[in-house]
Amino acid sequence: MKLIDRDMRDIYVDLLLDYAKKNPDMVIVEADLMKALATTRFGEAYPERTVNVGVAEANMIGVAAGLANMGKLPFTHTFTPFATRRVYDQVTLSVAYAKLNVKMVGSDPGVTAQLNGGTHMSLEDVGIMRTMPTMTIVEPVDGVQLAGLFPQIAAHNGPVYIRLLRKDFAPIFKEGTKFDLGKAIRVREGKDVSIFATGIMVKEALDAAEILASEGIEASVVNFHTIKPIDEDMICEEVSKTGAIVTAENHNIINGLGSAVAEVLSEHCPTPLRRVGTRDHFGEVGKLDFLMEKFGLKAKNIVESVKEVLKQK
Amino acid sequence: MKDRTFLEEKAKEIRRHTIECIAHLGVGHVGGSMSIADVLSVLYFDQMKVNPSNPTMENRDRFVLSKGHGGPAVYATLAMKGYFDKEILKTLNAPNTKLPSHTDKNLTVGIDMTTGSLGQGFSAAVGMAKAIQMDQTDNYIYAIIGDGESQEGQIWEASMFAGSQGLDHLIAFTDYNKMQIDGETKDVNTVGPLDKKWEAFNWHVQEIDGHDVIAIKEAIMEAKKATGKPSMIILNTIKGKGASFCEGDVGSHNMPVTEEMCKEAIARLK
Repeated sequence: MKLIDRDMRDIYVDLLLDYAKKNPDMVIVEADLMKALATTRFGEAYPERTVNVGVAEANMIGVAAGLANMGKLPFTHTFTPFATRRVYDQVTLSVAYAKLNVKMVGSDPGVTAQLNGGTHMSLEDVGIMRTMPTMTIVEPVDGVQLAGLFPQIAAHNGPVYIRLLRKDFAPIFKEGTKFDLGKAIRVREGKDVSIFATGIMVKEALDAAEILASEGIEASVVNFHTIKPIDEDMICEEVSKTGAIVTAENHNIINGLGSAVAEVLSEHCPTPLRRVGTRDHFGEVGKLDFLMEKFGLKAKNIVESVKEVLKQK
Repeated sequence: MKDRTFLEEKAKEIRRHTIECIAHLGVGHVGGSMSIADVLSVLYFDQMKVNPSNPTMENRDRFVLSKGHGGPAVYATLAMKGYFDKEILKTLNAPNTKLPSHTDKNLTVGIDMTTGSLGQGFSAAVGMAKAIQMDQTDNYIYAIIGDGESQEGQIWEASMFAGSQGLDHLIAFTDYNKMQIDGETKDVNTVGPLDKKWEAFNWHVQEIDGHDVIAIKEAIMEAKKATGKPSMIILNTIKGKGASFCEGDVGSHNMPVTEEMCKEAIARLK
């Protein structure tokens, strides 16, 4: 399976097809966005295992819960805001509270919704899903990571929310890299400051680390592909090494990765922290570069935050 | 096949246990529990393929109480059927109980789906019927929704999909007692004409007296013959039916019940 220089959605569908071959109970449940995620290819291969409820996200989650209740393993999909806030009660009660094993994909997280604009831009989805008991939240950064985590997500007995990029973004990991669900992975070593990043912000974090290196600051970069449960051990390990933390996420700084890290820091190892992310405002329409620039999600914003946090060290 | 007297006696016993366990606690969802006693009698004591000594039997029929607040009547039915001891009925809503207000499949043996947030159980029942269609097994999914619950948009999302997919192993009932918390449904937000609405969503529809056990039984048998469509059986019912202190009262949805009220009602249900 080709994992680099391909749209994430094509890799996702390959993974579904591969898993379906060995697992007859796996089904997909969609809400009229099969063409957006290219799961039409799955539908052609397995029409009897493809359920498309139409534009009815609440029913999509309920039907998935019912299928899971009969022993199926459903993967649902819609855009991130509709996969979370629109169906929050359905996911809470019919899936999580009822202890039904449903995997939920939300595509186009945060600013990657781009030209769909503010209505389709989820900057709160991680936050609301994070407060739901038993929920696991994963944001794969590239195709290699998605492929590495997918079998673990499928095998995990419990609900998982997957914040999935649809398109081809900068590759971060080499083929063959091993990932563990729930365990963060270090992508650059450094002794002066730690940058914790997720999703599209991993690339920005690495770019920031390059800029900082040219100024004599050695930044460690760690990718938190699993936002819940958060890898407390990695957080504390980095604190003992660098003593200063910056988080970077394609999400509101309230209740996302930055908040999860702040919770661990304040309880276990109080350490200066800065959070890079959107600053409690809604999204808006625009291309990715424009939005990342406007919302302060660029490498330069991470660099500024590093310099600020280092003053407090 | 059970006769009228047998099923009516079972329905009376469901009502007696329901009132007793609510009175033991002092408050509860009397109205919507009492109105479904007859259909529960027919389902569990005549129609459903279930096995209390093997409650998770793979190919069993399933029952989803989408109007989850009718839990006490289902618990009474399950205890009578032998899923658990009748003494346990007294623990309704007590600390650490296995019998919460709203049905919970992870707490109570015999409960097939967790419900309580209206509209959701019905969607799950549709998903369960979809699984039967995928696997081409011969079991059925039964679900009861409320008439007040039918104001939820999710009911109609699920209805449209089940009709579109022709899920003919789904047999649903509407407990049409014409009342909800804030008044009569016609005054709050009219749900009728229910028959025309379900027909328009491509369902096989019957409308019967929801307190006539033989009519219910015959309707279920008729529903099983209607291939290619899910079935809706609209049960014309009376909220609080059989509870002498609240039969037909709007206030019966969730109300206090004293031991005296209980005694008088039980005496009339002998």
